[in-house]
Amino acid sequence: MRPASAGATARSSISGGYNSLQGSRVLRLSEHYVVTPDALDVARISALVESDACGAVAIFVGLVRDHNAGRRVLWLDYEAYGPMAVATFARIGDEAAGPWPSARLAIHHRTGRIEIGEASVVIAAASPHRADAFGACRYAIERVKQIAPVWKHEHFEGGDVWIEGSTVDPGDEAARLTAFERACS
Amino acid sequence: MLVTIRLFARLRELAGTGELRQELASPASAKTAWDALIASHPSLADYERGTSCAVNEEYARWSTALKDGDEVAFLPPVSGG
Repeated sequence: MRPASAGATARSSISGGYNSLQGSRVLRLSEHYVVTPDALDVARISALVESDACGAVAIFVGLVRDHNAGRRVLWLDYEAYGPMAVATFARIGDEAAGPWPSARLAIHHRTGRIEIGEASVVIAAASPHRADAFGACRYAIERVKQIAPVWKHEHFEGGDVWIEGSTVDPGDEAARLTAFERACS
Repeated sequence: MLVTIRLFARLRELAGTGELRQELASPASAKTAWDALIASHPSLADYERGTSCAVNEEYARWSTALKDGDEVAFLPPVSGG
């Protein structure tokens, strides 16, 4: 079992370059918070947070599905503001450390063209007990959707559209509370 | 002062570029940079509502002051996950 440092404290400098159009290079803020054009390896990401003290790992895998809003989806193109996205993932880790101090998080998001059935995001949360792992994992994906500077460009049969979800206000406590309530439901 | 403006997703496509250099008179805020952007790219004007901004890779307010060399990014509503 490889040792895992606490993600929330691993604020080393951001390494790697990036391409704002397609995210053609890997960008990471520690091994735990990563934006990458490469396929996501669930087992490897889970291993980042596992330790001998950990009795549970909750893993969320976001997949590209073949339909959305009545459209037949062909593929998705993800774009990220790379350095800010990984810093935002670390911020989410810090936030999760409040209610779930025993949980250790990893958040990896893929960019560029992603085919139907492939993973766009993987979140792993490890903890001594399952409740904290589930809570931190659910909280993290809710916050990724609320505040991470990542965009999906949907290519469907007959056209393409930028999906626009949440207008970011990171200081919005109501949004944070919503994510927390979903994590505890 | 000279700042870098970064644009993403729909805003990037409408502007035809993801990165611009913009000269601004001091004092300037993120809103000043947006207004200068709109002057050169009027097609973005309708998107102010729903756009967030970041200065040097941290979320900021429209009133956040800019200094020479800053990078200000305008972010459409996000849709990661």
